[in-house]
Amino acid sequence: MKGESWGRYPKVSQQVRMLEKRQQNPFRSKEELYLPYGQGRSYGDCCLNDGGVLIGTRWLDSFIEFDRDQGVLRCEAGVTLAQVLELVLPAGWFLPVTPGTKFVSVGGALANDVHGKNHHGSGTFGCFVRRFELLRSTGERLICSDRENAALFSATIGGLGLTGLITWVEFSLKRAPGPWIEMESVRFGNLEEFFGLSQESDKEFEYTVAWLDCVSAGANFGRGIFMRGRHVPSEAHPKRSLLGRLSPKVPIDLPSLTLNPLTVRAFNELYYRKQRQRLVKKLVHYDPFFYPLDAVSGWNRIYGSRGFLQFQCVVPSSGNSRPIAQILSTVVENGDASFLAVLKEFGDISSPGMLSFPRRGVTLCLDIPFRGTRTLNLFARLDEMTRDFGGAIYPAKDATMSAESFQQYFPRWKEVAALKDPRCSSSLWRRVTGLTQS
Amino acid sequence: MNKIVICGATSAIAVEVAREYASRGATLYLVARDGERLSTLASDLKARGASGVHTEVLDLALNEHHQALLARIKDILGAIDALLIAYGVLPDQQRCEEDVEATMQLLQVNTLSVISLLTLFGNEFAKQERGTIAVISSVAADRGRKSNYVYCTSKAALDVFLQGLRNRLFSNGVHVLTIKPGFVDTPMTAHLKKGLLFAEAAEVGRGIVKAIDRKKDVVYLPWFWIIIMAIVRNIPERLFKRMSI
Repeated sequence: MKGESWGRYPKVSQQVRMLEKRQQNPFRSKEELYLPYGQGRSYGDCCLNDGGVLIGTRWLDSFIEFDRDQGVLRCEAGVTLAQVLELVLPAGWFLPVTPGTKFVSVGGALANDVHGKNHHGSGTFGCFVRRFELLRSTGERLICSDRENAALFSATIGGLGLTGLITWVEFSLKRAPGPWIEMESVRFGNLEEFFGLSQESDKEFEYTVAWLDCVSAGANFGRGIFMRGRHVPSEAHPKRSLLGRLSPKVPIDLPSLTLNPLTVRAFNELYYRKQRQRLVKKLVHYDPFFYPLDAVSGWNRIYGSRGFLQFQCVVPSSGNSRPIAQILSTVVENGDASFLAVLKEFGDISSPGMLSFPRRGVTLCLDIPFRGTRTLNLFARLDEMTRDFGGAIYPAKDATMSAESFQQYFPRWKEVAALKDPRCSSSLWRRVTGLTQS
Repeated sequence: MNKIVICGATSAIAVEVAREYASRGATLYLVARDGERLSTLASDLKARGASGVHTEVLDLALNEHHQALLARIKDILGAIDALLIAYGVLPDQQRCEEDVEATMQLLQVNTLSVISLLTLFGNEFAKQERGTIAVISSVAADRGRKSNYVYCTSKAALDVFLQGLRNRLFSNGVHVLTIKPGFVDTPMTAHLKKGLLFAEAAEVGRGIVKAIDRKKDVVYLPWFWIIIMAIVRNIPERLFKRMSI
């Protein structure tokens, strides 16, 4: 059966077997290679297993225990963050960390050690995981926490599903007074201004992120809109946006030409111009604040069947805009306009995960339509630059980094390799460890 | 609406209905064959806010279990606000054509055992003079076709039985709901190729609760199946027998 990830590149051939209950043992054969699979929202090939079997966890969607006083939730690995929010928000709780889509599973959030707009103050999702159950291909079920099976605990957080099947997860939540976010957007003219805003905002706001115009060169190079927000109680009920109420779908693959340099340039220009004043303050629902793209289901089809590559790196910053400026100008010069570019400074809260991606520095994220060799060459160049700057690339979004780079970005990969389940593997793992088997 | 009985509680659609009621603080009595999945469901419902969850592992296909089940439920719940019968099997049509026993077995599970439950619980609801009896049938009940007519038959028989029961219990103040889901993405349909017509179990579950709240008689879920099936029902038999759908 054909398979692809959210980015739709690369295409592989693999089987999918759905688990019907967590007591089941999916590791049936000694020949096959398995990879746990939640919602398939990773972009590159970390959720693909060419020639192997995906263990689907979508039906493991039960809550197990919700402590409404302490804000601790235990649920099966296939529960999505959207389902978590529906349960916990009315009780006064929120996700401790959330990525840019709520349609990922809790197991996936753990295995990719996802981060969000509050990384500077809270760290990654893995920082809030108290314990989980790991089913190994031997049939053994291990409870992992920072005290029990601690090495496997660290190897599994950010471990890309390679240490076995996570059946349930217990994690702590954060208090939130309701669904409303007080949001400020501030226009910035260049990267120096971004770093200034970031330094100032990270002290006062739980959530910060910036949208970056990555088409414009010259005087407009590095301009963008900085967004910052915090949870606030509100009796008011601001209207939800038209997009949020309609929840449109992209029902078919659009022609690959839909996103061409012209339309992307127009989009970037409009997005920047939409905001007339330098600073705009408003009260918004958490959905458009955290999950703007979730409003259009199947948005990845906008890129057509050839798909797109996402590039997300982190590079050391300490207020230095040079690395980001160089990466950005490489993209702009190549003419491979990105529809959406996101910039954020990470904090220095470290995760328990051995393969965790976030680290002190600034992270840049770009979507680039796949156009064959030319795109691959650009990505090889970006990988090289990231390596030279002493940064790292996010495996959850990667389809191209070299084995050499991966091993430099994630110096603890050998520890993970030693703890990995011998029957688990993925397309990404085989690529970045330079192995053809397991 | 706070005391709910669900037969076949671990079926994907029933799970979603149970979750809706749990978040309203209902007390549920759940019956299913698989004890592990039943206990997973029970803790899920408690986490969502159910006031109480009672579970019973039982093979409902066996009519002789039904009388005692009803007695136990009455013991624990007293009155019943709603009964949902949600179990059923999608058989291998070809096997049913080759093996009479397979067909008879399917009819026992999908139809006869349900009629047994409906007769016993129907009398109980008549005495209570209130409450809802809801049964998951299928859009397949609307017309027999070669690719799965044994399944169509098993559900069509239920439809007619429910019509009569609704007519009978109306004067007792009891509401009878026939639920007709189309294709739903569940373990039962895991082997089928998913097209645009497939709905999520959660969407269908919410639709069922809404139909119970509004005391509907028959509900198609999602709603567009009412149009599709009106067309399918009205194709003349002369033409229909030549078609492959």
